[in-house]
Amino acid sequence: MITTAGLSQPGYGREFVLPGHRVVLGRDRPLRLDSGAELRSFPVAWQTYGRLNADRSNAVLLCHALTGDQFVAGEHPVTGKPGWWSAIVGPGRLIDTDRWFVICVNVLGGCMGSAGPSEINPATLQPWGLAFPIVTIADMVRAQVMLLDHLGIDRLFAVIGGSMGGMQALEFASLYPERVFAAVPIATAAHHSAQNIAFHEVGRQAVMADPDWLEGEYWRHGKKPLAGLAVARMAAHITYLSEAKLHEKFGRRLQDRENIKYGFDAEFQVESYLRYQGQSFVERFDANSYLYITRAMDYFDMAGRNGGVLANAFRGTPVRFCVISFTSDWLYPTVESRRIVQALTAVAANVSFAEIVSNNGHDAFLLDEPDFHRVLRGFLAGAAQHHGLPASPAG
Amino acid sequence: MTSDRPSIRVDLQLIADMIEPRSRVLDVGCGDGALLDYLAHFKQVDGRGIELSSEGVNACVAAGLSAIQGDAETDLFHYPDQGFDYVVLSQTLQAMRSPRTTLQQLLRIGTHAIVSMPNFAHWRLRWWLLTRGRMPVSDVLPHAWYDSPNIHLCSIRDFVTLCHEMDVRIERGLFLDQMGTPRRLGSGLALANLLGEQAVFQLRSNGTKGG
Repeated sequence: MITTAGLSQPGYGREFVLPGHRVVLGRDRPLRLDSGAELRSFPVAWQTYGRLNADRSNAVLLCHALTGDQFVAGEHPVTGKPGWWSAIVGPGRLIDTDRWFVICVNVLGGCMGSAGPSEINPATLQPWGLAFPIVTIADMVRAQVMLLDHLGIDRLFAVIGGSMGGMQALEFASLYPERVFAAVPIATAAHHSAQNIAFHEVGRQAVMADPDWLEGEYWRHGKKPLAGLAVARMAAHITYLSEAKLHEKFGRRLQDRENIKYGFDAEFQVESYLRYQGQSFVERFDANSYLYITRAMDYFDMAGRNGGVLANAFRGTPVRFCVISFTSDWLYPTVESRRIVQALTAVAANVSFAEIVSNNGHDAFLLDEPDFHRVLRGFLAGAAQHHGLPASPAG
Repeated sequence: MTSDRPSIRVDLQLIADMIEPRSRVLDVGCGDGALLDYLAHFKQVDGRGIELSSEGVNACVAAGLSAIQGDAETDLFHYPDQGFDYVVLSQTLQAMRSPRTTLQQLLRIGTHAIVSMPNFAHWRLRWWLLTRGRMPVSDVLPHAWYDSPNIHLCSIRDFVTLCHEMDVRIERGLFLDQMGTPRRLGSGLALANLLGEQAVFQLRSNGTKGG
């Protein structure tokens, strides 16, 4: 059923072979996007872990964040580093791949094999570039559901994601409540705030201000707006950490020197760290994809689409929710999670909500947070039991 | 989430006994989920909890129970009318800033409200106050006056009077004497008010004075 095919990695036509799966969807029926545009014959790349059981009841969809991808666990094929959730996804781990069939799909607009600006436009046989239509979080979810149809999976046990992945989890539960038993939106919000949009706009402007961006046509000229994308990443990275964590990690410590040198080198450790983060990011990510995905997040507003009432997005929902936030996350602070919980409460949804004490900021959902993991494990075990599956693989 | 909780607090047991199997229950101030866990297993209820402390909520969710971290005094307003068959408030009313408003919310959200409370008119507390002239301390009310969360203590008679004022029907009333023996709260209110260390009420709004 699942085929393995070569994938193209950010390269605007240059083929790199990545592990995992890829299929061209929308051949017969195009995907109609929120913008009104239609995507026909577009590729979707995904990775799976574990086995789909006979009655197809053990599928778990993990949704990746802005700069994540489908390589959740194990070694990442491009960076060689562990996948973004390899700490909790794998055999015997919290999300046990001996038990669950884990699916993670590269989002629309991404650059790891799914349709996006670096992929080939079937109409022109040229890379899309900025001709790629604007996509939304809901569009990403619709593409994932088309893939589930392709895989013959009617209903997921759970959809789980942090940050932008949490937005997809919320959107999935809202748009396809009959196709998922449980949803776990983590460190996320039901809309992008003015502050969220503002930070993203800084990142986009940094990319666009790079002379090598060339109005998004850099790929035609063999160039990449690396400096601009690196700055975008540096600014964004600050929002993923907390002040307390930055202080703990770096303080005012100097980089490879005893005294300040009255210049503009990376004098402080925190500068050196951010520069490294920026540089390593541009090696694996496409600048135009960054524009598209940040835009999709900025457009995200579930209440806006439901007459200004978030609860309307979930009225009558049968989905079991577990909303999780972190105390030091100022990008998607607890108050945003509370809004989601209040909306779900108002429609008498089955919702759990835990705020985890952590000083790791927004990135806490990716890190070793024992309380978070205990809550997530317990929720999944309880949900499995209510779903008619044993609470643990042994039981 | 099963057999590691063989028994529950005696007042929780009385509350559990009032709840019909397979009903929808909201436990306000659910702590670590002892009552919800019991109800899920022995009464197959569809239970939800709300709890102020992160530790309590984390324990509930980690045990597979549905609970949210929140403050009952602000968050009960978000629940829909009559969304539950029972709303439970155990040993918490006296710690609320606004017990009357909270009681109204319980009766708006649930068909029935079940409230358990310590009785400040228990004879031992009266005796303590009479003989020592100091704020009473007991097993049920273990805090010193300066660090007590209980800012709105009342007697069984006070509570019954409030129910009358709010046109709330007391469907069932029990009090526990100091041996922990439950007795029916009948017409002998004076005796219950003297002997009851704590009380459990099942309430229902008559609906004449609004929610």
